[in-house]
Amino acid sequence: MSGASALPRAGAVTVHRVGRAALLLEVGSDAEVAALLREVTEQWEAGELGEVAEVVPAARTVLLDGVAAPEAVAHRFAGHRPTALPPGAGPLVEVETVYDGADLAEVAGYWGVSPAEAVRIHTGCEYRVAFCGFAPGFAYLTGLPERYAVPRRATPRTRVPAGSVALAGPYTGVYPGASPGGWQLLGRTGLPLWDPAAEPAALLAPGVRVRFRAAA
Amino acid sequence: MSPAARTVPPQRTVAVVRPGPLTTVQDTGRSGVAALGVPRAGALDPPAHRLANRLVGNPPGTAALECTLGGVALRALAPLVAAVTGAPCPVRLDGRPAAWGAPVLVPAGALLEVGATTYGVRSYVALSGGLAVPPVLGSRSADLLSGLGPPPLAAGQLLPLGPVTGSPVRIDPLPLPAPPTELLLRLDLGPRDDWFTGAAHRLLASSTFTVSPASNRIGLRLLGPALERRPGLGELPSEGMVLGAVQIPPDGLPVVFLADHPTTGGYPVVGVVPAADLATAAQATPGTPVGFAVARR
Repeated sequence: MSGASALPRAGAVTVHRVGRAALLLEVGSDAEVAALLREVTEQWEAGELGEVAEVVPAARTVLLDGVAAPEAVAHRFAGHRPTALPPGAGPLVEVETVYDGADLAEVAGYWGVSPAEAVRIHTGCEYRVAFCGFAPGFAYLTGLPERYAVPRRATPRTRVPAGSVALAGPYTGVYPGASPGGWQLLGRTGLPLWDPAAEPAALLAPGVRVRFRAAA
Repeated sequence: MSPAARTVPPQRTVAVVRPGPLTTVQDTGRSGVAALGVPRAGALDPPAHRLANRLVGNPPGTAALECTLGGVALRALAPLVAAVTGAPCPVRLDGRPAAWGAPVLVPAGALLEVGATTYGVRSYVALSGGLAVPPVLGSRSADLLSGLGPPPLAAGQLLPLGPVTGSPVRIDPLPLPAPPTELLLRLDLGPRDDWFTGAAHRLLASSTFTVSPASNRIGLRLLGPALERRPGLGELPSEGMVLGAVQIPPDGLPVVFLADHPTTGGYPVVGVVPAADLATAAQATPGTPVGFAVARR
């Protein structure tokens, strides 16, 4: 069942065992992760998977941890083809952003456009929170076309301010708190992104759709 | 006087006289929030944490202190019952020897000193009523990766205690745990075992690694032969990580993930150590030899 070298059949889930109580469901694209995450979450919430403690999406996988019946859940998903998400599925959050980031000109340079055009490109896409990681509430957003992928900075900054909107690879990220970071800074938002007393604690939780709007 | 004012007793507290090198508040950690990037945290030696709570009459999972190598000194500002478990260490009450692994009655004003570990790394100090620091996302645990929960103890700090719900339990005599002179960790291969060469697998199964001094609550770092990846596989996209995952970073040296591990990671996991083996692993001092008993599927 384990086998990273065996490429998953296009569109079908490959199931890897992870220790005794976890399963890693692998698919071929971020769109398939989004679709699979929704199916897993619906079945989890409906109690169809038995006891499962955590469902953790990532770039090409959905991890189920603390699974009481891993054999049955593995059987359920092995070879399964998730149904594509309908457009507009999931709540929408608008992130008002001041596009004055230290790396805006450099990103515009990578794209071969002016900084103003770079802002139009970034605000013209609809994004989806693919997964969180790196820090609590730090969201990895997909939705920027692949041709706009940019490398991380060669030397990470020792401190990136809270609310920074930034790019790395194909992802847009928003820093919920100040931290070191190597992403290219486009701008900043004043939106409260992380509140442990809120439900959910992260404003940008997996599955949320996001649009960036340039602050006047 | 309002009914509320009559029924709420004054908050019981302890004062931190000496915090030790690293003392944190720990319960059983956070669950259900890994998808938001929140690590689990929680006591690294759960059986020792449970026993300490049981000895003072607390329900399992009550917040207690996890000391690292150097102990802690607390002054009780109200009478309480304390118990020290985990790594064996001297316990003193107002300078006089007191019991390890048994309930100790601490009068108001008395100084409870938990000394440096005789062997092992982490001692647990439960106090009757438990530590009533505010919970964050359902847990009072300090998470040293993300900074959630209470920061490590600092001198002069006052720690609030919760209401006492049970009576101390004496388990007599409590055997001292054997010092872990050598760790043998079971390892279930996968999910990314096929990212490693045959030579790496032979080394993994046959080598004696040692515990690195760079180990912490995030991971037990091992020193030994480097495990080589198969060439041509590129970089692994970030994927979800579990407790006990043995991640192999580019330097080839295994890291066994402990409670404060990141929720996602981009280095391949060759296998997973069952949770039951991790309490002993968390008590292994730097230099302890470590082997893996590899189970193939």
